[in-house]
Amino acid sequence: MAMMNYLGAINLALKEEMERDEKVFILGEDVGKRGGVFLATEGLYEQFGDRVLDTPLSESAIAGVGIGAAMYGMRPVAEMQFADFMLPAVNQIVSEAAKIRYRSNNDFHVPLTVRAPYGGGVHGALYHSQSMEAMFNSIPGLKIVIPSSPYDAKGLLKAAIRDEDPVLFFEHKRAYRLLKGEVPEEDYTLPIGKAALKQEGEDVTVITYGLSVHFAEQAAKELEETGISTHILDLRTVYPMDRDAIVDAAKKTGKVLLVTDDNKEGSVMSEVAAIIAEECLFDLDAPVERLAAPDVPAMPYASPLEKQFLVTKDKIQSAIQELAEF
Amino acid sequence: MSASKHAQLGLSDTDVLYMYESMIRARKVDERLWLLNRAGKIPFVISCQGHEGMQVGAAMALDGKKDYLLPYYRDMAMVMHFGMTTENILMANFAKAEDISSGGRQMPGHYGSKALRIVTGSSPVTTQVPHAVGYALAGKMEGKDFVCLTSFGEGSSNQGDFHEAANFAGVHDLPVIFFCENNKYAISTPADRQLACESIADRAAGYGMDGVSVDGNDPLAVYEAVSRAVERGRKGEGPTLIEAVSYRLTAHSSDDNELTYREAEEVKAAKEKDSIVTFTKYLKDAKLLTDEQEETIHKQIQTEIDEATDHAEQAAYADAESAMLHVYDQ
Repeated sequence: MAMMNYLGAINLALKEEMERDEKVFILGEDVGKRGGVFLATEGLYEQFGDRVLDTPLSESAIAGVGIGAAMYGMRPVAEMQFADFMLPAVNQIVSEAAKIRYRSNNDFHVPLTVRAPYGGGVHGALYHSQSMEAMFNSIPGLKIVIPSSPYDAKGLLKAAIRDEDPVLFFEHKRAYRLLKGEVPEEDYTLPIGKAALKQEGEDVTVITYGLSVHFAEQAAKELEETGISTHILDLRTVYPMDRDAIVDAAKKTGKVLLVTDDNKEGSVMSEVAAIIAEECLFDLDAPVERLAAPDVPAMPYASPLEKQFLVTKDKIQSAIQELAEF
Repeated sequence: MSASKHAQLGLSDTDVLYMYESMIRARKVDERLWLLNRAGKIPFVISCQGHEGMQVGAAMALDGKKDYLLPYYRDMAMVMHFGMTTENILMANFAKAEDISSGGRQMPGHYGSKALRIVTGSSPVTTQVPHAVGYALAGKMEGKDFVCLTSFGEGSSNQGDFHEAANFAGVHDLPVIFFCENNKYAISTPADRQLACESIADRAAGYGMDGVSVDGNDPLAVYEAVSRAVERGRKGEGPTLIEAVSYRLTAHSSDDNELTYREAEEVKAAKEKDSIVTFTKYLKDAKLLTDEQEETIHKQIQTEIDEATDHAEQAAYADAESAMLHVYDQ
């Protein structure tokens, strides 16, 4: 085991997968000599040469070329420099990657991983802070994975690369250097499509994913001293969702707080709320509550405005407390 | 077309007769599809009429054992020359389970078969073009010498995916043949409302690749241009953009009425230059095809189409429950 941050775990997963399978290659903007603008691919060009390919500034081509190479039989890992910049590639991801297995009646398939840094809190303003998962979380054929820790980042990225279907892999850019933890140096994968129970609790259930898991854990720790016990479920894969884990977690306490750092309307959590309403409404002791970013177009730049937008530990803590007292 | 042109290009008499048969087969299948549509037996037709010469000329220049085809919806003659059968086409048009492209899931004209190295396509235009670059990139990484031909209409050459893919292929010297079938109309919009340049081939300079414009009604001219592009690609000299200029002889699809935007006289004039007409004349002038042989070929193909129509009409649809399958790996 080694202590490493979230970024280091991603870098290690890429390196190990490229060593393990020569069909794995990376393509994206500035991923080569520069090692990526966040340094997620640092050192890989030196080790693997042209298997770490700097592309022109062309997100649709990064996705589309990746899809073509994946259909051929390679295992491309495409990097979108920021999740915000994926929009030109949406046609390739939604019309092509997601539908190729289905439309070809299982003749072709697309083992492509698309990595993208998402989320705010780093003064990235409107176009370097967005959460894009909601845009893709009703597209059958896609899988969307969002790790919440260095350990998960390594295991889930390796699983994504080995997956036979297209996986969007969103990495919280603030987590890159904020989150540190023990990461095994040996090979392991974590199952895509399965949520992870982070801690057992009795009073309030928090269901969340990504960096918010970390803030929920911090909030829960402080609340424990005041006698509130929190049950935390990390979705890990936001699409397709682990319905059973969601229902079990909701039933456990009957009071459910759903947390996302995306805008509230139509977020991943709207679907979680619908699942709970369908499956276990009569097990609830309080209305389901969503804590999310406000429904404004995106995160502003200036510190006080950014803070207003962000879902923080304090906001989560207050929400848990209010729900516990309901 | 001078009488010995095919020999100069290294094509045998048998080769050109084979090309001729492919063109006739595609035309006759296409005509059958319109009849079936108008008789209410199939819901939709998207036609290749007017494109047969350039499509067969292009496919003839590829190696059917190793090259890849990433076609668009108008490429019936191309995919048939590359290996799809009359029955394959009819099954797709009847949307039956035996449709090799999609098992009846996609509209007709959305060709794909891994075994034939024809890569599955969709309806939003030009999305296949970056895929061709991806195949070529993979081939280059693996040290293979195959080329990828991707085709699209002149309207599609305005899409961002065309630009992004062509630039990518140009930067990385990838063996892609960008084959633009300029039939002068994107549904109703004429080429002069689609393009500010004279020729699609002019765009090649911007991607650092060779660009050529050829008469799409001359299958031998197209064969020659694509052969050169294939040679360049195999040698690692990068991509080529080819514009083949022809004319769409039918409406855009069975749901379109072309007379709302173009004159019948214009279509009539284009029919005189139809590759089926001019190539038949070429073969007859070269004494490679007699009237009797022509009649025999037409009859054989007609019989083949009748049989394929019957088979496809009688064939089963996929089970309704199978609509739930193949979303993910199972």
